[in-house]
Amino acid sequence: MTRPSVIERRRFLAGTGAAAAALAAPGLVRAQGAPIKVGEINSYSTAPAFTLPYRNGIALAVEQVNAGGGLIGRPLEFVHRDDAGRPEDAVRHAGELINNERVDLLAGTYLSNIGLAVSDFARQNRRLFVASEPLTDAIVWAQGHRYTYRLRPSTYMQAAMLAEEAARLPAKRWASVSPNYEYGQSAVRWFKALLQARKPDVEFVAEQWPALGRIDAGATVQALAAANPEAIFNVTFGADLTNFVRQGNTRGLFERRSVVSVLTGEPEYLDPLGEETPEGWIVTGYPWDQVNTPEHTRFRDAYRQKFNDHPRLGSVVGYDTVNAIAAAIRRAGAVDNEKLVDAFAGLTFQSPFGGVEFRAIDHQATLGCYVGKLAVRNRRGVMTDWRYADGKNYLPPDAEVRRLRPQG
Amino acid sequence: MVVNSLVIQLLNGLASASALFLVASGLSIIFGVTRIVNFAHGSFYMLGAYVAFSITRALPVEAFDVLGELGPHVRFWGGIATAALVVGLVGIAIEIAVLRRIYHAPELFQLLATFGIVLIVQDATLAIWGPENLVGPRAPGLRGAVYILDQRFPQYELLLIAIGPAMLGLLWLLFHRTRWGTLVRAATLDREMVAALGVDQRKLFTGVFLLGAALAGLGGALQLPRETLNLQMDLSIIADVFVVTVVGGMGSVVGAYLAALLIAELQALMLLAPPFTIAGIEIAFAKLTLIPSFLVMAAVLIVRPYGLLGRPQAAARVAGAAEPVLRLATPELTRIGLAALAALALLPLAFGDYTVAVATEIAIFVLFTASLHFIMGPGGMASFGHAAYFGLGAYACGLAVKYWAAPMGVGLAFAPVLAGLGGLLFGWFTVRLSGVYLAMLTLAFAQIVWSIVFQSDALTGGDNGIRGVWPDEWARDKAVYYALAVALCIAGTLLLRRIIYAPFGYALRAGRDSPLRAEAIGIDVRRVQWIAFAVSALFAGIAGGLFAYLKGSVFPTYVSIPKSVDALVRVLLGGVQTVSGPIVGAIVFTGLEEQLARATEYWRAVLGVVIILLVLAFPEGLAGFAQRRWERWRGGGE
Repeated sequence: MTRPSVIERRRFLAGTGAAAAALAAPGLVRAQGAPIKVGEINSYSTAPAFTLPYRNGIALAVEQVNAGGGLIGRPLEFVHRDDAGRPEDAVRHAGELINNERVDLLAGTYLSNIGLAVSDFARQNRRLFVASEPLTDAIVWAQGHRYTYRLRPSTYMQAAMLAEEAARLPAKRWASVSPNYEYGQSAVRWFKALLQARKPDVEFVAEQWPALGRIDAGATVQALAAANPEAIFNVTFGADLTNFVRQGNTRGLFERRSVVSVLTGEPEYLDPLGEETPEGWIVTGYPWDQVNTPEHTRFRDAYRQKFNDHPRLGSVVGYDTVNAIAAAIRRAGAVDNEKLVDAFAGLTFQSPFGGVEFRAIDHQATLGCYVGKLAVRNRRGVMTDWRYADGKNYLPPDAEVRRLRPQG
Repeated sequence: MVVNSLVIQLLNGLASASALFLVASGLSIIFGVTRIVNFAHGSFYMLGAYVAFSITRALPVEAFDVLGELGPHVRFWGGIATAALVVGLVGIAIEIAVLRRIYHAPELFQLLATFGIVLIVQDATLAIWGPENLVGPRAPGLRGAVYILDQRFPQYELLLIAIGPAMLGLLWLLFHRTRWGTLVRAATLDREMVAALGVDQRKLFTGVFLLGAALAGLGGALQLPRETLNLQMDLSIIADVFVVTVVGGMGSVVGAYLAALLIAELQALMLLAPPFTIAGIEIAFAKLTLIPSFLVMAAVLIVRPYGLLGRPQAAARVAGAAEPVLRLATPELTRIGLAALAALALLPLAFGDYTVAVATEIAIFVLFTASLHFIMGPGGMASFGHAAYFGLGAYACGLAVKYWAAPMGVGLAFAPVLAGLGGLLFGWFTVRLSGVYLAMLTLAFAQIVWSIVFQSDALTGGDNGIRGVWPDEWARDKAVYYALAVALCIAGTLLLRRIIYAPFGYALRAGRDSPLRAEAIGIDVRRVQWIAFAVSALFAGIAGGLFAYLKGSVFPTYVSIPKSVDALVRVLLGGVQTVSGPIVGAIVFTGLEEQLARATEYWRAVLGVVIILLVLAFPEGLAGFAQRRWERWRGGGE
């Protein structure tokens, strides 16, 4: 197994490299006029495994947009800022991007609390914010407002996709293991509610809540085994997940038990597991090597050619963030803030995953993800038996959404 | 079945205890001899794991074929041992290049340098090993599990269980059966005496750093088969290791093992406890994983002020140990200060909204830093958890908005009240301790506040925080809010300054410099310190409240360890023993961070280098340096 090449970070130092390169390339249509600027904030120093492929995706899309003549005759430019995992820094950057860099809109964020902080800033300052990565339901529902749109499938949507699969299993006794913060708590809450709605006789016999990044894996596995569940719902990810899987494998926790797991099929989290990938887990994720639709193949080839590395889910999210913004600007025919905000409502654009719409009702995009099973091939974790779960099928009925989101 | 689970869980606790012990013992030894609170110890641990990963991968399998069946074992364990050694050498390099130059600096100042090292190592690790988590190889021959009471238990965990006590035994032999070990013990008790007896301190310190860093490296390397390598390893272990070291008693290796055992077992067993309900509130132990270690630390320190097996620190008898006398600024300096204030007031006229927002942030941090300086400098009590009071102030505003939809005035009035009450409560326990133990107890209280804030979803919104904490309509304008914040912060800072020069301030300094003499002339030292602690918390609360309205939201990060550490760095950077130090420190550090975060990809490393350079160039802090130069230029102030 060779380690993927280190992602080129310096290439995007000022965030303008891609745009500048496209402008300088001879023979291409050159966009004229001042660039349209997008202020992008993310946790580059604290969550690099996800955010660096994400920034690659942005760079690729920006390059393509500018090679195609830019937007309404102007080049597109991204200005990146590192929030260091701190909401208060993200808010400071947002102010700096708007006041000093004079960006036309804000985008980005990875952690839910940072997404919410920037979203609140956007509401206060009446500026468009395209939340690309945060998963929290609050950003479009409880705390939703006119100026924020969110791209990635939410915690609710992921839980709904997996609850559908879980309901098909014979298991009645369930246990859950989940990082103890808002994301983990809502994932478990939704999964429980949606599974029990489909199968009322399901019971949850144990819950483990390791602190994010601090799992005591051996003890957690032991505590789950002590409750002897028939199936396990896992929400841990990253280093916690890998530690949990290793201890679980050695101690036989997953034998004769079904496991349903959020995000585990994403290359960001699957790649490090390597040959220890637990076979048979039902997961949401992104089988980048097997999706061969024309739009995805085109994206994958371009990504590989530019970065000499395979795309991660973050790459798709970054790529789609740019595509969505580009589509909105084309639709609005201007970069006026209010017009752009209106253009996002009901906006459709093409993702490598297929057609996506930003719902007018709650500003959530219908981008979906892939649901399948884990397997090991050539000492590497892969997804098998997967299908694309379109996000639009995994959102609550409109009446329910209106109840969840403050109207007006 | 229940008993079986319990036994296995005890074994799990033992394995975790060994891992904690290796890292904590290194920290304890380093502190015992050099008195350095080594923030970079987590970095040594992380480096150990990453270096072991690379070595075990780089060593060609074929080269070990000649050894036959032993080959894979030699390759793996050789890699682990080499990694420990490499980290030991890194420790030596750091000791010689940086720390050796600043041993004469005021206590805790070295901490600032180790903080710089943390930042550099973080970015270096990212640059060398990349952002993705790495999964190390399993130990050859120890991949599987054995059956214990019908349950599978990993073989490698059994080995870990044995390694802890084995290392403890080896360290005991080293300290009790070798000359070097005897010297180390002697230096732990009284390093000036050891020096007076002709022992080369430099060699001793370097050796201790080698041992301590290598132990941390070994602790990291041994995690290869069970922990995923990631870039947060350093910070996620450092708090636990501090707790273990302090609970055991700084400098006591046996104590470190006992403490590691106590905490690891408690954490493991807690996961088995089912949730239960008291007075309608459901308490799930499995959700409170972060709190018990800090509760244990607080409890132990309250009962045993020097940890389980620690001894009171011998007072360091450095020449001129008494802190310099604080003098009022000369008229010239006062005029310079007033001119600077006038320039500040005009700032919004000349610059845009963002600069004004940053200036507001700096003003808030000046007050926050001044409040910490108040107990650190004149009070002689270093707080590692001052963010608790900053956070309490911010949450007071957040809660006022969330539950009462209160206007800003109410929030800002409530902020110092809540923070001051927190200071009164925690201060009562804190002032009973001294030195590093005191600092660690403040850290424990801050972590307890953080855990409550983080895990009480219903009350505080958990990690998603409280949003919508924006100023009232009249203060929405950036320039207006700036004026308000600057006015309050300057008033607060000046008031703190006034208190330092008031009789209360003199009493506080008397208590710091000579508790015995202060008691003898009728000063109730503890009471004075307690009040000072609460006053400091109160002002930190005002800063926190202003910060909440500046950002429009309140988050648990306001109470987190990094916020406390940043405050500490600001105080030290400016200089502990000058009254204007915190002002200079806050401006320089906040400004640097703001500029660097935008200017460069590897801003943490650059910030780390800058901090270390500042530490080496200005060991008395920036303001301390400026003061000395000023006095020399003016023909001395004495």
